[in-house]
Amino acid sequence: MPAEESYPDDLRYHRDHDWVRVDGDEAVFGITWHAQDALGEVVYFEPPAVGAAVAADGSYGSLESVKAVSDVIAPLAGTVTAVNDRVVESPELVNEDPYGDGWLIRVTLADPASVETLLDAAAYRALL
Amino acid sequence: MANDPRRTPLYDRHVELGARMVDFAGWEMPVYYVGINEEHRAVRARAGLFDVSHMGQIEVTGSGAEALLRKALASDIDRLEEGRAQYSFLLNDKGGIVDDLIVYRLPAGRWLLVVNAGTTQTDVVHLRALKQRGAALRDLSAETAMVALQGPVALELLADIWPKRTPAPETIPVFGCVERVVAGVPCLVARTGYTGEPGVELMCAADRGGDLWDGILARREHGVVPSGLGARDTLRLEMGYPLHGHDIDPKTTPIEAGLGRFVHLGRPFVGSAVLERQVAKGVKRRLTGLRLMDRAIPREGYAVLQDGAKVGAVTSGTLSPSIDRGIGLAYIPPEIAEPGTVLQIDIRGRERDAEVVPLPFHKKEG
Repeated sequence: MPAEESYPDDLRYHRDHDWVRVDGDEAVFGITWHAQDALGEVVYFEPPAVGAAVAADGSYGSLESVKAVSDVIAPLAGTVTAVNDRVVESPELVNEDPYGDGWLIRVTLADPASVETLLDAAAYRALL
Repeated sequence: MANDPRRTPLYDRHVELGARMVDFAGWEMPVYYVGINEEHRAVRARAGLFDVSHMGQIEVTGSGAEALLRKALASDIDRLEEGRAQYSFLLNDKGGIVDDLIVYRLPAGRWLLVVNAGTTQTDVVHLRALKQRGAALRDLSAETAMVALQGPVALELLADIWPKRTPAPETIPVFGCVERVVAGVPCLVARTGYTGEPGVELMCAADRGGDLWDGILARREHGVVPSGLGARDTLRLEMGYPLHGHDIDPKTTPIEAGLGRFVHLGRPFVGSAVLERQVAKGVKRRLTGLRLMDRAIPREGYAVLQDGAKVGAVTSGTLSPSIDRGIGLAYIPPEIAEPGTVLQIDIRGRERDAEVVPLPFHKKEG
């Protein structure tokens, strides 16, 4: 079942509809409810390699629905430490739980302070 | 300047059902209601109801109707009995496909062409340019609603809303058509479709389309679900059915597209000389089914490679809900279009192995 629309207050947001959950110098990336809704049912996740560097505002992988391909954008720079293999196996988790089981990658941030450049939930919601 | 997209007589129904609407060939159409995969599976397992009112209907009548269609169509309409239909093509003089369509032979000297939404106007212009005396053309698209009821239980459902004391829907032969009052609405009912499942397409007056739609969906006990263009596309692609403007177009011929079985040569029609030559001498490219060996999805425009060299391009691709593999159609040289040949598709910079497979991709069990 698709998730209900929400934008949790404990996350930070990139204007290209990606979220970050920061934990010290580590962070988890995913796409927002709005992004998964626009994409439709996600059927494929092409992840980056563990150890790969990701650039802020750069593409680190792709999500595909039946109809379309969408790059996923890194909100912040860092190094990939883990990929959510459950999403690789069951891409629909991105639709069902975009902020939980549907997370995409975990990274070590290049500059943890750069999180302040991102939007908070209220500012992101105002963009939609 | 772009015009506002047109709306079918069923537009309000789609909005009420919460459909995701998209612009398709100048029409605002439902891409899905709940989800493409769910609707796809419903059609394979039970039944789906599609609004296809965007498609064009062109009526041909008059003493010159048959002469016009003999000249314009790549299939031989003299093989059609009244109440039967053929899949056919309008070709240009190079044999390229102006449109693919279904031609119906109706009672009282009426012929009906059901054509693609985006090409209806082009088709009318093309037919008029043949200047056949005594042939009258009428574009009925704006006054016609059309729905497709498709799936293993489609005919069973239809029997529940079928007039008493008339032969059951199952008795209509495939590619046959009859006029019947269905759910209180006078319809032309044809055993045709674009999904590979049993079923019918129904045409009625535009202002009765809503009643027909509601009358069919009232039979929810059969498991029928409203289904959008997204599922229509994955269903047709699993069957290897071409989509005009993508897999076939005015620069490709029915022979190149592997559709020669629908063409009746040995008589003159527009484009026939090119097709005769292609049949005799062979073609340089052929529309071919490719099934990904990796978990990856081919998309329109992606290059097909052999030993790193481009040999063709994908014209349609998707993840097949039925076989859970990436599938696509591509034009490639016939000598490498043999089933079992492994080629590569350049999927955003990565070469992925794909196997040439016979069509359809999806085969019925049993």
